[in-house]
Amino acid sequence: MQDLIWLLPTFPLLGFLSLVLTSGNLPKQAVAVIGAGSIGLSFLTAAAIAVEFLGSGETHFVLEVWRWMSVGDFSPGFSFYLDGLSLVMMLIITGVGFLIHLYSTGFMLDDPSYSRFFAYMNLFVASMLMLVLADNLVLLYLGWEGVGLCSYLLIGFWYEKPENGYAARKAFVTTRVGDTSMAIGLFLLFAQLGTLNIQDMLHAAETQWAVGSGLAVAASLLLLGGAVGKSAQLPLQTWLPDAMAGPTPISALIHAATMVTAGVYLIARTHVLFELAPNVQLLVAWIGLITLLMAGFTAMTQHDIKRILAYSTVSQIGYMFLGLGVGAWSASVFHLMTHAFFKALLFLAAGTVILSLHHEHDIFKMGGKRKQLPIAFASFMIGSLALAAFPFTSGYFSKDEILIAALEMEGPGLLLWIGGVIGAFFTGIYSFRLVFVVFFGESKGHHEEKEVAGFSMATPLFILMVLALFGGWIQIPVDAVFSHGEMPEEHHISGLMHGIMIAVPLLGIAVSYLFFMSKTFSVDKLMANPLAASLHRFWFSGWGMDALYDLLFVKPFLFLARINKSDLIDAFYALLVRVSQVAHSMLARTQTGQLNWYAMSIAASVVLLITLGVLL
Amino acid sequence: MILVALITILFLGGVLAWLSEGLSPKAPRVVALIAVVIDLLVMFALLGADTGDSNWIVQLNALWIPRFGISFHLAADGLSVLMMVLTAFLGIVAIGAAWDEITDRAGFFYFNLLWTLAGVIGVFTALDLFLFFFFWEVMLIPMYFIIAIWGHENKNYAAMKFFIFTQVTGMLMLISILVLAYFHYVQFGWFSFDYFDLLNVSTSGAIQMWVMLGFFVAFSTKLPSFPFHSWLPDAHSQAPTAGSVILAGVLLKTGAYGLIRFAVPLFPEASMQFAPIAMTLAVISILYCAKVAFAQTDIKRLIAYTSVSHMGFVMLGIYAWNEQALQGAVMTMLAHGLSAAALFMLAGGLQHRIHTRDMDHMGGFWAKVPRLSFVALFFSIAALGMPGLGNFVGEFLALLGAFKANITLTVAAAFGLIFASVYSLWVIQKVFHGVYRNSDFDDSHLDDLSRREMFYYGAMMIGLIWMGMYPQSFLDLSSATLINLIDETGQVFYAVGQ
Repeated sequence: MQDLIWLLPTFPLLGFLSLVLTSGNLPKQAVAVIGAGSIGLSFLTAAAIAVEFLGSGETHFVLEVWRWMSVGDFSPGFSFYLDGLSLVMMLIITGVGFLIHLYSTGFMLDDPSYSRFFAYMNLFVASMLMLVLADNLVLLYLGWEGVGLCSYLLIGFWYEKPENGYAARKAFVTTRVGDTSMAIGLFLLFAQLGTLNIQDMLHAAETQWAVGSGLAVAASLLLLGGAVGKSAQLPLQTWLPDAMAGPTPISALIHAATMVTAGVYLIARTHVLFELAPNVQLLVAWIGLITLLMAGFTAMTQHDIKRILAYSTVSQIGYMFLGLGVGAWSASVFHLMTHAFFKALLFLAAGTVILSLHHEHDIFKMGGKRKQLPIAFASFMIGSLALAAFPFTSGYFSKDEILIAALEMEGPGLLLWIGGVIGAFFTGIYSFRLVFVVFFGESKGHHEEKEVAGFSMATPLFILMVLALFGGWIQIPVDAVFSHGEMPEEHHISGLMHGIMIAVPLLGIAVSYLFFMSKTFSVDKLMANPLAASLHRFWFSGWGMDALYDLLFVKPFLFLARINKSDLIDAFYALLVRVSQVAHSMLARTQTGQLNWYAMSIAASVVLLITLGVLL
Repeated sequence: MILVALITILFLGGVLAWLSEGLSPKAPRVVALIAVVIDLLVMFALLGADTGDSNWIVQLNALWIPRFGISFHLAADGLSVLMMVLTAFLGIVAIGAAWDEITDRAGFFYFNLLWTLAGVIGVFTALDLFLFFFFWEVMLIPMYFIIAIWGHENKNYAAMKFFIFTQVTGMLMLISILVLAYFHYVQFGWFSFDYFDLLNVSTSGAIQMWVMLGFFVAFSTKLPSFPFHSWLPDAHSQAPTAGSVILAGVLLKTGAYGLIRFAVPLFPEASMQFAPIAMTLAVISILYCAKVAFAQTDIKRLIAYTSVSHMGFVMLGIYAWNEQALQGAVMTMLAHGLSAAALFMLAGGLQHRIHTRDMDHMGGFWAKVPRLSFVALFFSIAALGMPGLGNFVGEFLALLGAFKANITLTVAAAFGLIFASVYSLWVIQKVFHGVYRNSDFDDSHLDDLSRREMFYYGAMMIGLIWMGMYPQSFLDLSSATLINLIDETGQVFYAVGQ
């Protein structure tokens, strides 16, 4: 069964090819069957492989399908590597991926480009599976770029609007900055360690590099550059909120559940390198913390239902980075999984809201929708509880583990913990702000519409509700990947700290209740204060990062491009031509055909030459 | 003999194509197609050949002008065969591009096209430097006619610019060749222009550097590299589509081939000393031309500048001179040959349909011509270095190898990957995305790709996927040649490096 692991990316790839080659001529039912069915087959295969793998008790499994290229000592293969970590990832990708595909068969039904949508989606899943199953960094890079491409294609799916195209290009180019850093990291690793096979490379690094050595720092920093790009962390986080221009199922699959967690996966996969560079690992934690706080503030100020969720995604991935940074590898992967459940749920539910209300995105134009949109309401309640880490929901367990690990860390651990707890407070506020504004209070606008949620859209929501509620009880088999044979330590956290961690999110929800439900406090009064108003504006704009990058990179580039459109170098050659033309016409003028002019010039030249001869 | 046959078929085919115009105006294209297809089939015979101990698959050495040591010396190894197959393949594609586009004086057009190809095959096989120079000129003049006669609004300027750039730098190379032959006379007592004889000539110091520069300038003008690149945008924007295909796909590669085969092996010490400068020029080409490309509104000029940018990776790989870097350079030559040819064909196809190259007039074509748009998307994605397609393998290997030679310049070159995504996606946005508008042109002929066009593009797509997914078929062909070159020059190269 394990030998069939190559089928995992193959099914969606075949789906992609058959949809592209028929170029939109298939009936919609056939497209749905191919599009969702291919992912379903992948999931079934993945599940069967997982059962067998876990039953076998092996730690890993390698399958080389073919040798990609072989140049000197560089010989990456199309090889798959399965261990506990990639097993968890492949199940998330195919499982959640299948649910989202199923949902999309209903959601996209009225779109004329139905076939193109599923073609891109299938290509995405194939690339993502390549990314997590690759046994070498070059193949991982193939998946890495592939998901970036699909992300670009799907953000700009509705290509007629130029702003969608802009968002798509922004996403691709911004992540490519990170990708380039990662590529340079690969060159460095290969030049120093002689292999890009992940396990061999990590082993070589462990034996050849001392802890804190410059090469380990450089290599892990370069890989971190790739990770922050894909995972939308500081300083490359600006693309994700704009990526919401795509259809909502895309946001659920690519920009919440799977692709944006690729950076977390990359760091977890190469965690040995980061352990060799403790300062870089600590940097990961700080990046995570600062990102999660900044995104948390911004999420509180947004009006667009999808942008709120986008910033909350940035913030939650910040928690995963925080976990990675404090060495809580398995907790981060655990949070990656629970986040995939509840964030996919939230996005799909948001899709239902948007579709039902005729593409309304502004939460303040909704209100009191809990009876009108019951399934979406239930989904949002459960999803937001999990997002806010309400006790015993899935998000509670995973976030708890990350924060405990931060607290147990020596040195800056307490500071990181406090930051994380503050972030949890904001999570409670912004997640329930959305719930209270959209579903409670008096009904505003859109009174007539009924909830659009047929079988294909409702089923995934129900399944994801169950997973978001109870997913925290799943045990992920990653200990063998991260423990290096050591047993995990027992936690010894005082009851007080535990109490704080449970209470703070509840406090956030309560604050949100007082502002947006009971209206005990008024947002308008708060905004009357000029300082608060300008802070609000600042946070709303995503801390002015877009404007900053515009000023630092985009404008200078455009300026340089504009002033040098006609290529300075060409001007030099044009000058050369001009000079020879002028010289030509001047010399031509000397040929007058008059004998006395020639005699004069000969005499003058002789005099000049003699003078020169005498002088020199 | 097989090499002579390859060249003769093209020369004769060209003459026949010209003559056949008297029979029917549609005859020349058929004759030309048959000639190039036969050529390609003959080349396949070389692929399976057993090379024995030497790397040379076939060799032919006949006296030509013995008094000056000039011989008719042709030979092919894996590298030559790869380049020849690319030439013939793109020759067929070019005939396909010209099929409906060239109606005026078609016979003379196909004559020029085939003679250019013959010259290119000669360049890829000549091992006598005099003969090499002869073929170098042979491919230049018919190309000049192609641009000057069948070009667009500013064709005379472009053709003359192309001619002067190539001719002047070609003269520098001729001087270098003569100096080298003279040195051979001084050291061995007889004249020789033979490659293997000239490899034994020992020159040193400043003289070696100057002689090497003669070759370098000629080759890097052809490549082209900054600062000798400015003929290319004019030539491409004015040339007919078939001309662009041959120019971008094949002619540029003769420059890179010349660097690999002649410039470095003949002058290893000078090349080693010069390598940092060459690599710097390569990096400037990559970054500067990517930036200029982004600013263009003429779609063909844009693609022309991206060509310069991509060929920078080739030069970077060549002057890093290790196995990965050289293989990367060769793979980039092949992959760029296909992707650039396809992009120029798409641009030419658009110009043929709507009579403008100005991207400011275009937009939203996806809704109108989805197949053409998808094909354009595919080749743009290939050009920006998407893994799984040939260009990635080439550029990745080139950078991987170059990193060992020079970290700073490689890191700078890697930024080209970002710029490539900027201009590639910009083209997609300007032409294919957005709302469809046709206020600035007559769209009555804006049809989607025909079956014949899909066939050509499909073949090139399969080629790029093949190169991207299983590049070994190509790497194996060139590896013996490249390893051999590295071994022969390597010791000198690295001795100077330390």
